[in-house]
Amino acid sequence: MNPPSLNWRGMAAIYRFEIHRFARTIWTSLMTPVITTSLYFIVFGSAIGSRMTDIGGIPYAAFIVPGLIMLSMFQESIFNASFGIYMPKWTGTIYEILSAPLSSLEIVLAYVGAAASKSIMVGMVIFATAHLFVDVDVAHPLAMVGFMALIAISFCLFGFILGVWAQSFEQLQVIPLLVIMPMTFLGGAFYSIHMLPEPWRTITLFNPIIYLISGFRWTFFGKGDVSIGISLIFIAAMLALCIGAVAWIFRTGYRLKK
Amino acid sequence: MNPIISISGVGKTYASGHVALGAVDLDIREGEIFALLGPNGAGKTTLISVICGLVTPSSGTISVAGHDIIRDYKAARSTIGLVPQELHTDAFEKVIDTVQFSRGLFGKPRDDAFIEKILRDLTLWDKRNSKIMELSGGMKRRVMIAKALAHEPRILFLDEPTAGVDVELRKDMWRLVRRLRETGVTIILTTHYIEEAEEMADRVGVINKGQLLLVDDKDVLMHKLGTKTMTIHLDEAVTAIPEALQHWNLNLVRDGRDIEYTYDATAQQSEVPALISALQLSGVSYADISTRQSTLEDIFVGLVHAGDVSEAEVQA
Ligand SMILES: Nc1ncnc2c1ncn2[C@@H]1O[C@H](COP(=O)(O)OP(=O)(O)O)[C@@H](O)[C@H]1O
Ligand SMILES: [Mg+2]
Repeated sequence: MNPPSLNWRGMAAIYRFEIHRFARTIWTSLMTPVITTSLYFIVFGSAIGSRMTDIGGIPYAAFIVPGLIMLSMFQESIFNASFGIYMPKWTGTIYEILSAPLSSLEIVLAYVGAAASKSIMVGMVIFATAHLFVDVDVAHPLAMVGFMALIAISFCLFGFILGVWAQSFEQLQVIPLLVIMPMTFLGGAFYSIHMLPEPWRTITLFNPIIYLISGFRWTFFGKGDVSIGISLIFIAAMLALCIGAVAWIFRTGYRLKK
Repeated sequence: MNPIISISGVGKTYASGHVALGAVDLDIREGEIFALLGPNGAGKTTLISVICGLVTPSSGTISVAGHDIIRDYKAARSTIGLVPQELHTDAFEKVIDTVQFSRGLFGKPRDDAFIEKILRDLTLWDKRNSKIMELSGGMKRRVMIAKALAHEPRILFLDEPTAGVDVELRKDMWRLVRRLRETGVTIILTTHYIEEAEEMADRVGVINKGQLLLVDDKDVLMHKLGTKTMTIHLDEAVTAIPEALQHWNLNLVRDGRDIEYTYDATAQQSEVPALISALQLSGVSYADISTRQSTLEDIFVGLVHAGDVSEAEVQA
């Protein structure tokens, strides 16, 4: 039973600690997505894109912008959130978090909130970088920001779970590298699923990332591979799954308490 | 007076099946220095970890300052500061930042003057802007104490505070603990240095293999279990205990130059005067007599032997 009042100062302390941790490497963490995005634009946007026909009336270079933002945000979210909780586990400083008057909800809100803030910032920086290369108008700006926030929170929750689960740096990296990366690349960041022949098109529909990228693309161009409603259902499902897993972790003390 | 910590029937069996704590019952009084004394692996850290919320107990209940540690964990934990056994620090953080962080974590408003006082008390003020990784091991330990004190806890746990610490820091630590006690803080420390428990504690609990063997005032404990040794320094060495003294339980030591008599210091009727008369009657001439109270170490070794732990482990 939690006492009614939240430990705001405690959450703020963790949030500030995490933001401070990001700030120590601010240049590398912002330059990396800027450089990668620029490279993607040079290769896919200019070199290849000029030979590509418009996709559903959208120039190819503009078409890939939402996918590129999502790609980086997936990685950033998982990386930052998993590291945020893995590091104190690894160095042992987690003793202080676990012995503080903080509820599990407060701990998750602070860590995930900080990681999600950084992801959203990175997403915005990529969006700004994209403008250097292409003109993109956003059809639904509010929905775009809301979508970014939802994606950041869902993937940060997933990262948090990964960080709790991992017992070595290798394990920490294996899921993003072997599962998330391929899924995003095959998730329609660089193409529309309508461009795929059968049976790949049907197979692709089993990749949940498709629905997330399609939904984000909808906020830009007012249309996606699937309807926005289905995308929202997928995000909601992912959020619910992650929240359920986090709740289970704290109820059982899985890999946090002995 | 109600105990500030009340532990009843607390047991812990780790997932491995290892029983680290049997069923421990223990009350800690407000304002005391309590030493939990036991060899490595006795369950000291486990007991502290259960109280602080790091380890889930398998059985039993604990209340801290009147709050159940599970049902009312926020209120319970707010009163506790913990300095764990191992040095766990954020290498890249500055000293002052990490101490401020700890205060915030426990929900306390920022108080620069108080943090400065803590850092000065621990001679960390000059190092406040250093990164933790630049500090020596002893300094890191001070940082961990500063973190534990940052939220003004009523109870402070020190898990093996002086293990692997140099003499100077150990003395500093003892001074600090006494000063804290004067401000009303209850201190529970674990140690396997008997010297430390003897020097510091008001009460001592002896733990071995997850069982609390006994708890008592340090003085009472020493008194109750203490034996005294009287040493008679002879003028001239002898080869055997003189005939007239055979029925006394005496030992010849130092190549026959001393006779030792071990006796219960708390016996109602002391046998010492009788022995001295007997000595005089037997014509043994002696230069001096000295007595020595047994230390906690003697008591402890006796107890642990009763619990069947090897001596090597005790000294580890
Ligand atoms: N996480 C764990 N899993 C299994 N056994 C453990 C764990 N932690 C400690 N133990 C065991 O429990 C016993 C008590 O350990 P501990 O409380 O650390 O003792 P102490 O602090 O008195 O040295 C030891 O035998 C130790 O090996
Ligand atoms: Mg220990």
